[in-house]
Amino acid sequence: MAEHDHGIDPELPFLTTKFEWLVQWARRSAIWPAQFGLACCAIEMMAMAASRYDIARFGAEVFRGSPRQSDLMIVAGRLSRKMAPAMRRVYDQMPDPKWVISMGACASVGGVFDNYAIVQGVDQVVPVDVFVPGCPPRPESLIYGIVQLQQKIERSRA
Amino acid sequence: MDAPAIIDILHGLVPGASLVSGQSVDFATIYVPAATLVETATALRDDPRLRFNVLVEVTAADYLPRDPRFEVVYHLLSIPNRLRLRMKVRVTTEGSVPTVQGVWRGAGWLEREVWDMFGIVFAGHNDLRRLLMPEDWDGHPARKDYPVQIHKATQTYEPLEVSEAEFRANIERDRVKRAH
Amino acid sequence: MGEIRTETMTVNMGPQHPSTHGVLRLVLELDGEVIQSVMPTIGYLHTGIEKTAEQKKWQQVVPLVERMDYLAAQSNSLAYVLCVEKLLGLDMPQRVKDIRVLLAELQRLASHLIWLGTHAMEIGAVSMLFYAVRERELLMNINELIAGFRFFPSYFRVGGLREDLPRGFHEAVTAFLDRFPTKLDEFEGLLTKNDIFRRRTEGVGTISLEDAYSWGLVGPIARAAGSDYDVRKYFPYTGYEAYDFKVPTATEGDVYARYRVRIAEMRESVKICRQAIPRITPAGPWACDDTRVVPPPKDKVYTEMEALIQHFLIYSQGFTVPAGDAYVPVEGPRGEHGCYVVSDGSNRPWRVKMRAPSFLAIQALPAIVRGGLIADVVAVIGSNDVVMGDCDR
Repeated sequence: MAEHDHGIDPELPFLTTKFEWLVQWARRSAIWPAQFGLACCAIEMMAMAASRYDIARFGAEVFRGSPRQSDLMIVAGRLSRKMAPAMRRVYDQMPDPKWVISMGACASVGGVFDNYAIVQGVDQVVPVDVFVPGCPPRPESLIYGIVQLQQKIERSRA
Repeated sequence: MDAPAIIDILHGLVPGASLVSGQSVDFATIYVPAATLVETATALRDDPRLRFNVLVEVTAADYLPRDPRFEVVYHLLSIPNRLRLRMKVRVTTEGSVPTVQGVWRGAGWLEREVWDMFGIVFAGHNDLRRLLMPEDWDGHPARKDYPVQIHKATQTYEPLEVSEAEFRANIERDRVKRAH
Repeated sequence: MGEIRTETMTVNMGPQHPSTHGVLRLVLELDGEVIQSVMPTIGYLHTGIEKTAEQKKWQQVVPLVERMDYLAAQSNSLAYVLCVEKLLGLDMPQRVKDIRVLLAELQRLASHLIWLGTHAMEIGAVSMLFYAVRERELLMNINELIAGFRFFPSYFRVGGLREDLPRGFHEAVTAFLDRFPTKLDEFEGLLTKNDIFRRRTEGVGTISLEDAYSWGLVGPIARAAGSDYDVRKYFPYTGYEAYDFKVPTATEGDVYARYRVRIAEMRESVKICRQAIPRITPAGPWACDDTRVVPPPKDKVYTEMEALIQHFLIYSQGFTVPAGDAYVPVEGPRGEHGCYVVSDGSNRPWRVKMRAPSFLAIQALPAIVRGGLIADVVAVIGSNDVVMGDCDR
């Protein structure tokens, strides 16, 4: 097989693949994040949503207050053990398809805080699609993470 | 005003208090025994020469091999007289310290945090339960014999607070009974 | 028609909620829309920074402490650094003190800008967030200029600063100070005489001065109720006694008064920065002379033996601090930030405790909002300027 088939099963008929491509294009072009800012990374997330590093031009037009109306949860900040059940609840309330970006070192691996109070990586609680390192990551890093997520959605099955 | 002067004033106001001045590099420090803490605190707040009207902080330090093990540290501020004071109370692991909630209201959560982190009981406190750690946490994290890193599975689901029988009884009680 | 049974309704706000400034959980008991009681639950961001700091060396604690109150990062690290320097008995050159004053005031501006943006956004003026964050981006550029890092520059170190000021610092700060007052006038034009803003904030969340002192609140909240206590005036630190500025106060003690006090504080900060800039020479000493604490310059490390040994000792085992304890208060944007440090004479701290003004502000919240409406809770939390990282540490 010479060419890359982008993960799309070549046995599928032509119209179905085109429709799948359209659906995934729609999903990745309008990802609306749920507000889940926990700590310092939340401020960088706000800076990303503000006018200088405008995230609206990548499709994330509004940060929804309610998880039931959003597709993306950006876990921004350190997750403490007390907060973990609440976070799981918020994730469970999001409708499919949903994605999670773990923003910052604390959300990815526990960061600077290797101690009794911080969960060492939110992937112990929710499945994560993209990890964005940094403490806090620059808004450009987070935008890069969102673009990676968009490419991941493009590659995957609807 | 330095520590000996404050102690002189307090010895006049609080009989029976044996106060000792402590060493410090920044402002006056006095050691107060736990038994006379509330009277001393009230005198510090009310006497016009002292007027320590703001309780800035309540914290503790754990000097583990030493006995008594803990030192509860109160930082006070007098805005009218531009003074600061540090009160220290030595307490053992089994001992307790009377609460100063009646003197300064801000002490409520500060003492709760000290209990949560160190396990020092504040006698007379109206609400001594976990503040920063989850309610069912075991152990007092800031003590020196508590490990920094622990291996514990993350609890992702909270247990329900009512049993199923209670839940059904509540629904039955709240159901509107119509007469048709 | 039978009797109507009335009871209060219990509503849970948070921990994930757009308006609670972080992870704060409020359990509200409501009679209709009027609040009977509020029970706040904190601890959802508890990070155990104080215990982690006991494992690090003295200089390594600075980045940890900065992440406590993440909006006023450099005021946290200033409090810690001043406290350790007091235990060591170090005295800073005048240039270091002036740079610290300048950066502390710029940090106050950055924190107050976020306060303004989020507070106004929660009350309803959503566009204020974008304006305020836009100005803050210029301050982040200045942070990036001096330390390479937007948010937590870790520029204050025990013994002075991390390194000398870069080229272009004076121009960048002066450009910001020239631009900012007109922008602040624009922001005030949007909000201060705005009828909707005033009706949502006047008379709401009032606290009297005795109550504020009894709860331990001594920052902008107390100054809006009539206090004139400001750590920079009462117990001056790092050279503030040489600067000429006023402490703005108000008397009503409600949300609108706190708003006015903080806006006036921003103007005073600009005044202090303007006085500080000409006192700072573009190049000069950036640390004190104590060789136990301050690492030598790199060119000496590569050529001289004593400098190499000194560099090695500082970076491998760190310096030791004489035994004792100290508490140094600093006027942070939220009130009195203080750091209580206990040393046992070794190269690690024995206990580090930051005094958190947000902790006391949330403790006083139930007393402030009782009898108000739910919308008032949002306004009061915004005006108390609570940061959960500071509260939970």
